[in-house]
Amino acid sequence: MVEAAPIQVTGLNHWFGSGDTRKQAIWDVGLQIERGSLTILMGASGSGKTTLLTLIGCLREVQDGSVRLLGHELNGTTEAVSVALRRRIGFIFQAHNLHNSLNATENVLMGLQVNGTGNAGQQRKAARHSLSLFGLGDRLDYLPANLSGGQKQRVAVARALAPNPEVVFADEPTAALDKDSGRIVVETLKALGKQRGTTTVMVTHDNRVLELADRIITLEDGRIVDDKTPV
Amino acid sequence: MTRLLALLLGRLPIGWMQLSHNRTRMAAALAGVAFANILVFVQLGILGALNGSTIAPYALFRADIMLSSSDANTLTDGSNIARVRGFEALGVPGVARSTPLYIGNIEWQRDDGSTATLQAFGIDPARASVITPPIDESIPALQLEDTVLIDNATRGLEPGDLAGIDGGTAYRFEANGRTLSAIGTLSMGGGFSADGTLMTSDQTFFRLFGSRSASAANHILIDAEEGVDTSVVVERLRNALPDTVRVMTLEDAAQADLLYQTTERPTGIIFGFGVVIGILVGIVIVYQILSTDVADHLREYATFKAMGYGQPFFLGIVFEEAIILAILGFLPGIGISALIYVGLSGATGLPVELDLATSSAVFFGTLLACAISGAIATRRLANADPADLF
Repeated sequence: MVEAAPIQVTGLNHWFGSGDTRKQAIWDVGLQIERGSLTILMGASGSGKTTLLTLIGCLREVQDGSVRLLGHELNGTTEAVSVALRRRIGFIFQAHNLHNSLNATENVLMGLQVNGTGNAGQQRKAARHSLSLFGLGDRLDYLPANLSGGQKQRVAVARALAPNPEVVFADEPTAALDKDSGRIVVETLKALGKQRGTTTVMVTHDNRVLELADRIITLEDGRIVDDKTPV
Repeated sequence: MTRLLALLLGRLPIGWMQLSHNRTRMAAALAGVAFANILVFVQLGILGALNGSTIAPYALFRADIMLSSSDANTLTDGSNIARVRGFEALGVPGVARSTPLYIGNIEWQRDDGSTATLQAFGIDPARASVITPPIDESIPALQLEDTVLIDNATRGLEPGDLAGIDGGTAYRFEANGRTLSAIGTLSMGGGFSADGTLMTSDQTFFRLFGSRSASAANHILIDAEEGVDTSVVVERLRNALPDTVRVMTLEDAAQADLLYQTTERPTGIIFGFGVVIGILVGIVIVYQILSTDVADHLREYATFKAMGYGQPFFLGIVFEEAIILAILGFLPGIGISALIYVGLSGATGLPVELDLATSSAVFFGTLLACAISGAIATRRLANADPADLF
């Protein structure tokens, strides 16, 4: 039996604004992303890659076309289904978006508590382990204000990956990281794909990590203009 | 605190952590809640004193029913009632005794030149049974001309002023041009219209108030026969007496007086309005704090939304903050209010007392006000859109 792709997009269109200012941002996009793959979305600013990421990431309402995420149609879906789906997804934002009142461990805990698996002790242990994997074992109790930009981004990555998401959506996850840290993050995503079947869709302009991608999709003016598998 | 709340909530106490992270804002918020609490407490304290001083004189008497003029809303307001109504009442089945009650204010000119207003109650000394114990024991002695019982809690009295009375030495003082001998004491304290209370015989009362006559009493106290249902007697009296006479049980009369004082008199309305203002100030202050806090954390909330946290989680954070502010703001609020009560009571002699019922009401009112503020502030949560994070 062939396993259904976790992300299936067909005839997707999307507009912003209304009336005279209505502007189409996504034009008839169709794609299918296989389980465990690392897909990179590329394109110039305004090409629609972020809009596409939010649409397939269940963060924006689908207006026209079909987006199936983890077997659920997102066009016309309910808020309850969206909330449930988001718990199976990991998001890594360009800005770390850490909660400034919570320390590193607690920020990661927020990613774990939403799923409610394990008791408080197990969740705390998992959070600490996840942070240690990204070299933050000595910064567990640091507030974001006391972490460097790169460290904050690594906390954000740990927060997204600690709950073992089935799909990861990442927006420029390496932008705030040095070369080695950035590579570690992408290699981790790649390894998760192989080990756990975690599917990653990543927007990036970082040429240093392109070679790790299983697939690179380029968008231009809201349309897919290139879709290739690196050699 | 964080661990305790985490244990109670079963999750990280984000609300508490947000509040305690910004200590300056939290201190300002708590000061705001405490300020609103103090406003409400002070208004309630004065309103309570008004209520207490309104009800207290009724406790001097132990009659079943009180006859008054139909326009007499309080003990001292309204027209007098003809003593003859008391005689007519005696003809109604179930009525055992009727006792006219005379009330008037006199000015007590003190030796130091200051004056005190005393509310004088005059009754027939032979009817000591209508006065509550232990004061009733001293009533027969009032048959002596110009003898009185004086309020030992009268505003302005120095400790020891009346010490001689207990040793059998009458305390002599002048009022309304007569020299009175206080041969006993009662304890009432000052109210809004008088500084203390005086109990006299009806004859001494008429000597003090030359214009008053025995035929026109302020009220007539009625004792029902033993074993007879008072409400039945009230109904019979209402049927037997003209409409110009108001017939109520003593308890109902006290409650009607209280209702009149708090809803019809400016004093009661002003202090009642003050309570409402205090509550509104509290709601506005807490709303501002919570609303700003939500606005400051929209990005974090949007992130949590993207992670799969639902609306109940965010409402929980806002209400968690509201409840924490209510509880932590209430503590200094009640503490400072207690000090203000002591000061007010000492300065005015009014019965401004902090009781459990008022404290509980203010506490739960604070919780409710903070919850309302939180509910309004949650409208801002709609602005936390995870799609804006990218």
